[in-house]
Amino acid sequence: MIPLSHVLLLSGILFSLAVAGIFINRKNVLLLLMCIELMLLSVNFNFIAFSHHLGDLAGQVFVFFILTVAAAESAIGLAILVVLFRERRSINVEDLDAMRG
Amino acid sequence: MNPASITRLDLVLATPEMFLLAATCVILLGDLFLRDRDRWITFVLSLLTLAGVGWITAATGFTERTVGWHGTYVADPLSTLLKIVACGAVAVAFLYGHGYLQERRILKGEYYVLGLFALLGVMVLASANSLVTLYLGVELLALSLYALVAFNRDSGVAAEAAIKYFVLGSIASGALLYGMSILYGVTGSLELGVISNAALQMPAGQIGLLFGLAFIVVGVAFKFGAVPFHAWVPDVYHGAPTPVTLFLAAAPKLGSFALAFRLLAEGLGAVHATGWQDMITMVAVLSIIVGNVVAIAQTNIKRMLAYSTISHVGFILLGILAGTSQGYAAALYYTITYVIMSVGGFGMIILLSRKGFEADSLEDFKGLNARSPWFAAVMLMLMFSMAGVPPFVGFWAKLVVIQAVLDIGSLWLAILAVALSVVGAYYYLRVVKLMYFDEPTDKAALQGGGGAMRFVLSLNGLAVLALGLYPGLLLALCARVIP
Repeated sequence: MIPLSHVLLLSGILFSLAVAGIFINRKNVLLLLMCIELMLLSVNFNFIAFSHHLGDLAGQVFVFFILTVAAAESAIGLAILVVLFRERRSINVEDLDAMRG
Repeated sequence: MNPASITRLDLVLATPEMFLLAATCVILLGDLFLRDRDRWITFVLSLLTLAGVGWITAATGFTERTVGWHGTYVADPLSTLLKIVACGAVAVAFLYGHGYLQERRILKGEYYVLGLFALLGVMVLASANSLVTLYLGVELLALSLYALVAFNRDSGVAAEAAIKYFVLGSIASGALLYGMSILYGVTGSLELGVISNAALQMPAGQIGLLFGLAFIVVGVAFKFGAVPFHAWVPDVYHGAPTPVTLFLAAAPKLGSFALAFRLLAEGLGAVHATGWQDMITMVAVLSIIVGNVVAIAQTNIKRMLAYSTISHVGFILLGILAGTSQGYAAALYYTITYVIMSVGGFGMIILLSRKGFEADSLEDFKGLNARSPWFAAVMLMLMFSMAGVPPFVGFWAKLVVIQAVLDIGSLWLAILAVALSVVGAYYYLRVVKLMYFDEPTDKAALQGGGGAMRFVLSLNGLAVLALGLYPGLLLALCARVIP
């Protein structure tokens, strides 16, 4: 039996990695999408661990909703990325500087 | 009771949403069979849908707080008011945007369908009574908005704005969700009522609760576009096509208010003084300072209005941080008046623009009085109202918020808010100066917008004056719907 705190720690580390990945990454927008996905999955860990710990099914149901929304979210993200690539011929984060002020 | 059962009451509670969903799906399918020159059918159907939703919401309007769908869904006077105002704001946004999109040959059904889905998100948020419903509302709204911003496929700036909005918005959802998961673990429920009771039982400063709360406040501040989570606001407002900017500035703000109220006031009201009040105070103060000061340096009017939005959000948060019914009512009043003013402001930009000319620079407003005295007057009323000059409605909005802050004994917050409103008045009055005292660079008569748009825009300007002359009605309404 894995104690609750271990799972929470794991999900905390995954969440921090995802946030760090988003802010440190200066190269590729695709990596940002992966980090966002990792972020949502780390939250799922939390929900499942708490749901098991509390003996309450609602948390696991929430996880299915998050998975579905995450799929829709990456679909929209990739679609925007395609539009961006068509216009700019680049998905480099550093090239996203047309607007200033 | 069978947990999977749906009662008659449940169906009645969610009638407006179900009608909107069904109608939007019909429009989505029907639009596929239309040629470009028949696109007005989609437009008219969307307006009819909005009228229908508004009518159903008013007709089923619950005067008492009624909870359904196994505690995930609530209908109360607040949700009714938010939904009706949101329908109105979306209808006005569609009306203002129609001519603009037609001229530029980007009049696609997607604008209306995505707009209606975003409205559905706002309505779900307004009626949410559990973390799941809140999350679904937030995402439905946000995903529709990301796509709307990128909707002009041939504009590189719009695509860049969309990807920035998408990445930052997703981080916000992630933070909000992480906070929700901690909240679920600490309180043992997803239902806001149960969470509220559990939070009341806990000792002050319970560390788990505060930990989750911090993430939730970050998520809420991101969705509002408050400093220091405002990085997306100027770029998205600037990069998106003007009708989309107009849309973004209106209905989603009502959704953000609903999110903040349901989550912070109803769910976590118990940790107001020991938890989120200080966090929101910091965010509100920074928003008012940064918004008003940075707006002065802008030369693009869409960017200037974006920073002005940030400062208005600061004022809305001032009302929320008071934590009293009076404070929430003031924040709600401020939100509604802000929606009316910003719709008018962006409507004026659309009116001045024409094909190949966006009119999004401050210079483009030079000498507007010589070109069209009436619309210069409308813009004058809108700018005075945003600056908070009596007798316009923006003055009353600022007044009630500052009153609410004074009532909880925060004199310094009130002084700061007044001082920075004066700083803010500078950039609003600069627009007025450009319109009345500078020579026009472009002497042509106004071409943008059809008769209907001009008529509604005139009404919009007059509404700002009328609501300011008779502030009692809307104020009383806002006070009545907050429990």
